[in-house]
Amino acid sequence: MTRRLETLAPWLAFALALAGWEAMVRLNETPPYILPAPSLVLRTLVADWDILSAALLVTLRTTLLALALASAGGLALALVFARWRWSERALFPFAVVLQVTPIIAIAPLLLVYLETEAAVLACAFIVAFFPILSNAVLGLRSADRNLVELYELYGASRWAQLRLLRLPSALPYFLGGLRIGGGLALIGAIVAEIAAGAAGKGAGLAFRIVEAGYRLNVPRMFAALTLVSLAGIAIYVAFSALSRLSLRRWHDSEA
Amino acid sequence: MSADAPLVRLRGVGKTFDTGLRALDGLDLDVREGETLTLLGPSGCGKSTALRMMAGLIAPSEGAVSWRTGARPEIGFVFQEPTLMPWASVEDNVWLPLRLRGVSKARARAAVDEALERVGLADFARSLPRELSGGMKMRVSIARALATRPALLLLDEPFAALDEITRFKLNDDLLRLRETMRATIVFVTHSVYESVYLSTRICTFSARPGRVTQEIAVEAPARRDAAFRASPAFAQTCQRASAALERAYGLEDAP
Ligand SMILES: Nc1ncnc2c1ncn2[C@@H]1O[C@H](COP(=O)(O)OP(=O)(O)O)[C@@H](O)[C@H]1O
Ligand SMILES: [Mg+2]
Repeated sequence: MTRRLETLAPWLAFALALAGWEAMVRLNETPPYILPAPSLVLRTLVADWDILSAALLVTLRTTLLALALASAGGLALALVFARWRWSERALFPFAVVLQVTPIIAIAPLLLVYLETEAAVLACAFIVAFFPILSNAVLGLRSADRNLVELYELYGASRWAQLRLLRLPSALPYFLGGLRIGGGLALIGAIVAEIAAGAAGKGAGLAFRIVEAGYRLNVPRMFAALTLVSLAGIAIYVAFSALSRLSLRRWHDSEA
Repeated sequence: MSADAPLVRLRGVGKTFDTGLRALDGLDLDVREGETLTLLGPSGCGKSTALRMMAGLIAPSEGAVSWRTGARPEIGFVFQEPTLMPWASVEDNVWLPLRLRGVSKARARAAVDEALERVGLADFARSLPRELSGGMKMRVSIARALATRPALLLLDEPFAALDEITRFKLNDDLLRLRETMRATIVFVTHSVYESVYLSTRICTFSARPGRVTQEIAVEAPARRDAAFRASPAFAQTCQRASAALERAYGLEDAP
């Protein structure tokens, strides 16, 4: 009984919050340009589906492309770092600088240099890159020391050691980086789109939010926001599932 | 060198690590063909360092390590922890030494099966390490060391982390293995009883920096079993080994 309550609790709480919101708006007769009721947001979502779904697709495509590039780049650079220690000392500070400089401050500059689409992609890439890189570096280094010695004892080549030992050892860390990077890539894309939207350019979800804001179309702002949240949740769930599927047979974190 | 020259010979071996720590000093040690030699001493006295030197994994700072065969003979190494690859099945873990030498799984089949047979795990070839008990994992680790049919088997406190019943069982298994394999064994332990039960010769180590303080030949019946453990000869040898350790460490510090 308590178990069932535990699984139901978050859904119940969510439904209650929505119901409360709906009731409050109706009782106070709050105008939609101040706060739309959830039912109106849903209706807007359906009515504006053509515009919003196209925008969602743009944002999702940018996010996933940025994530793919950040994964490939992060892993490649981590391999370089693992192979040549000095390269890490030389280059890691650059990665840290990119990481600590808020993306919102970089975005306007990128928008000057690049086409809107490319600038948004670059922003999403930058924020996703660092966690993927640092997790991959950590992972490649986390191979059991005794196993490394065992590989040496049997005269394993560097390539064999990488393929059979270091990469599998790094997998849990890499997937963790991907899960964080996925969420961040979406945030990076949204931030850049907002910066672009201020200049009246763009096609993604955040651009639609800015545009609707100018027109005081608050229900559409909420509808677009809902899609952003759903996209973030979907990305997180997808990567959690990927991690569970690939690790549950052997790694304690997914047992 | 002549045929009865020792399989491994350490002469005047010293080791100072990068940290400045002096682990070995003036270590003279011969490993003779066919014997089971125990290195006995409390933790931190340099036993593992000496063992890793015999395997050629680290080089001495002074002195020389030489093998009768000139080059390093075929060696099997077992660590204190099972040190298995958690993502690989039992058979793939045992296959590893051969795989690193370019032997395909199909061609390694017979050797892998034989090694697993020897440690009594033929039925668990497809299991993952996490599905096995601590004692079984240790057996897999031993099977992996046997896969290349080594001339020299080096075991570094392999049973120290196991409960006593499992340890007795594995001690007996090791004795049986020795009968059928005719390998030379060097066994590191801090347990006086284990050293007497298993070995034909014991070398006690001094406190760090380690060297051999005393050699004790173990007189034992052809068949070592519970009766041997209960025999006066066993007790007497244990006393001699303990006394040697006490002389090296003083009464209070004796393990
Ligand atoms: N790679 C290393 N670098 C620095 N110190 C080490 C290293 N390996 C072992 N030591 C130190 O050398 C000493 C002897 O270690 P070890 O040979 O493992 O002892 P034992 O196996 O007898 O417990 C210990 O104090 C240990 O901390
Ligand atoms: Mg040790």
